[in-house]
Amino acid sequence: MSDVQRSAAPAASDQSSSRSASRRAGGFDLGRILLEGRAFFALIAIVIIFSMLSPVYFSTSNFLTMSSHVAIFGLLSVGMLLVILTGGIDLSVGSTMGLAGVIAGFMMQGVSLDIFGMTLYPPVWAVVVLTCVAGAFVGMINGVLVSIFKVPAFVATLGTLYVARGVALLMTDGLTYNNLGGNPEFGNTGFDWLGFNRLFGVPVGVLIFAAVAIACMFALNRTPFGRWVYASGGNARAAELSGVPVKRVQVWVYVLSGVCAAIAGLVLSSQLTSAGPTAGTTYELTAIAGVVIGGAALTGGRGNVRGTLLGAFVIGFLSDGLVIIGVSSYWQTVFMGAVIVLAVLLNSIQYKPRKKRSASAKDQKTPPAPSGAS
Amino acid sequence: MSSEESVMDRPTAPEDATGGVVLSARNVSRSFGSVHALKSVNFDIRRGQVTTLFGENGAGKSTLMKILSGVIQPSSGEIVLDGESVSFASTVDAQRHGISIIHQELSLAPNMTVRDNIFMGRELGGPGGVNYAEEARETERLMVELDEPIDPLTLVEDLRLGQQQIVEIARALSVNSRILIMDEPTSALSASEVEVLFRVIADLKSRGVSIVYISHHLEEALTITDHAVVLRDGAMTAYAERCEIDLEWIVRHMVGENFDLGSPPTGHTMGEVALSFEDISVADVAVPERSVVDRLSLSVRAGEIVCIYGLMGAGRTELLECAAGRVSPNGGRIMLEGENISRLSIAERIERGLVLVPEDRQRDGLVQTMAVGENLSLASIGAFTRGLLTSRRREQTVIDDSIRNVHIKTDGGAAGIGSLSGGNQQKVVIGKMLATQPRVVLLDEPSRGIDIGAKAEVFRLLAEGASKGLAVIYSTSEVGECLSVAHRIVVMSRGRISAEFGADVTREEIMAASGESAEG
Repeated sequence: MSDVQRSAAPAASDQSSSRSASRRAGGFDLGRILLEGRAFFALIAIVIIFSMLSPVYFSTSNFLTMSSHVAIFGLLSVGMLLVILTGGIDLSVGSTMGLAGVIAGFMMQGVSLDIFGMTLYPPVWAVVVLTCVAGAFVGMINGVLVSIFKVPAFVATLGTLYVARGVALLMTDGLTYNNLGGNPEFGNTGFDWLGFNRLFGVPVGVLIFAAVAIACMFALNRTPFGRWVYASGGNARAAELSGVPVKRVQVWVYVLSGVCAAIAGLVLSSQLTSAGPTAGTTYELTAIAGVVIGGAALTGGRGNVRGTLLGAFVIGFLSDGLVIIGVSSYWQTVFMGAVIVLAVLLNSIQYKPRKKRSASAKDQKTPPAPSGAS
Repeated sequence: MSSEESVMDRPTAPEDATGGVVLSARNVSRSFGSVHALKSVNFDIRRGQVTTLFGENGAGKSTLMKILSGVIQPSSGEIVLDGESVSFASTVDAQRHGISIIHQELSLAPNMTVRDNIFMGRELGGPGGVNYAEEARETERLMVELDEPIDPLTLVEDLRLGQQQIVEIARALSVNSRILIMDEPTSALSASEVEVLFRVIADLKSRGVSIVYISHHLEEALTITDHAVVLRDGAMTAYAERCEIDLEWIVRHMVGENFDLGSPPTGHTMGEVALSFEDISVADVAVPERSVVDRLSLSVRAGEIVCIYGLMGAGRTELLECAAGRVSPNGGRIMLEGENISRLSIAERIERGLVLVPEDRQRDGLVQTMAVGENLSLASIGAFTRGLLTSRRREQTVIDDSIRNVHIKTDGGAAGIGSLSGGNQQKVVIGKMLATQPRVVLLDEPSRGIDIGAKAEVFRLLAEGASKGLAVIYSTSEVGECLSVAHRIVVMSRGRISAEFGADVTREEIMAASGESAEG
């Protein structure tokens, strides 16, 4: 065996065994570490650079402020991740978010029931629950269109993007609900708690974001549903033949994405103390960007919550940092675009048929480990 | 290994064979990390002759072919073309030297015409853009030459698979290839298409084109080859000319011992009827008024292995997919242990003990983005779920048991699916289904594209299962397989059962009943 080892020149690797072999090589492969942890390193780089450029950037209060910004599209991103993992896409989340805010605002104004000649003021918890139900409903429409009627996800959710936005505009006549404070007389105060209050010094919105992210992480890693999501996205036909209820999984991911969007809408309108029908316009793209920067593959089956969180923070910390150091908003747009393109570029390098990628990895001397070592 | 030393003393081909050596590999080695895919292999290709490469999956056949066609470079050793040492930087470079490879998966664009495919990437220019007329003329000439007059303007997706293969060959010829490497060209072809292909190969030979042929279908390969080279574990174990060898010789050198696929398991009593089809009909997806399965009735008992033999398009796949719940029948009932399961979902059928190992493992069997372990446990998630949560520990037990029971050669459950050879991937699909502890297993052509050793292991698994009371339905288009595994052989033709035999039937009887003339 040993003389054969010696005669084997260090060379590039083919498909087989490259993965396990590079795992065996231990932690010496800097290129791979940088590639796989790119979102993390990008985040650190952003924090360091902006801290040097601006004295106010590196402070707890600023981080908390930025985090509450991140929470909004982070929530969208987490829902989007579920959809993208199944190989779909949800373009409607921005509109759903706007619609959710409007629905909440509408209910906070009081629902007048003409038949009974009275106006109903639902308590805040009911407003929150009903809004989430509305988000779930939009998601369900998406899910049913995609899974049962086989409408391509891009088209189906593009349709609901317009419809949801249109409904939001119709409900308000294009105006904005400015009074979300409620009235102590009607017992529906407290809506601003979501956006303004803090628990243990952390904004409630950020805590909600964290809770949703943890729940999602848990669902993906530890429940059958999570495994089904990955399997459906990796190979729907094989998953189906293995007994995975692929259609049900597809409906569910869109429903969950809709709920996430509704929660984001609630937090945003609470932060702004107003609910406008145009809130969240183009947020679906930011959400997708977060997922992609986090390393998920748009073809489905690859990605995780941790990456998506990092992706959301990269976007949030970068755009807020640019604001803080006073870069013009035009340049901000250019920067964001460049970051997204770079992220997709790195994704395609990572998920390329493992041929060229680990070529350099193999050049480092790999001690011939026993094959069971991993 | 030691029994093979006698053939190792002839590692290089003798020079006295007809036809000079065109291309040869000298002491070529290639390693991937710590895995040695090729160990100092010598290999000659002769002008105007067919050289067949035999070997199990993972023996190094594909690696050697990739080196010869410039896909990858050898770690050591040299390639000699026309007496000169060469090295190919890429497939394009190899093509420039006249070497083309036709992969198992065809690389044609189905949405484009034959003409466009043949000239893809090197369109003939003219004053007014692409000179389509000239391209079409040239295509037509090539097609006539190959004795397969396909209209150059036909879309590739409208062609039968065999014709697509011919188009691929035409493309290789149009760049003046002298050496054509064919990797499993017949695996998806019908008997008559194979005949056409072999005629084309004979014609190519007469024009001085050298062919390197790889196939798992040993008998078929023997009918056309001039030289046989056998690889095992990355080393060349034997070389001989056609006249010196027979099937037994090849198998012996491939697996390293006298090998027999065995005979059907005996010695256990069969139980009650486990699964039965009652007047099942399945409509054709493309032509709904036509039935691909036509009022078919069939039953299998616990502990029994039933082979369904038939040609492609006989309706075998549709029948099995109907049983598994992928397609719904438009008539008849399916009974599993006395219960009508025709309306149940796939998951419910799996839960009740009926599983399908699908025909196309890449498309229907494996989730490529998941690791070996996750694939193995995919169908039995319920077994390691308590309440809402999956248990890592229990899952690991399921995975480890599967890897051990079906003998998967892998680094462990965390290895990527792509790192396994075809045979081991197939074992993952089978292991995944067996992990659900089924009582009825349907296997649709499980031996396609896997080597003889893996095939024997699949048979062993089935025999083992049957002796424990598993009911097995096994669909195949290879007669030899029926004879070595089945208690009962059912011949299917045009959606109906055309004959039924016991285990003591002969090859000829089966083939006659399938409407196929005896071949090779």
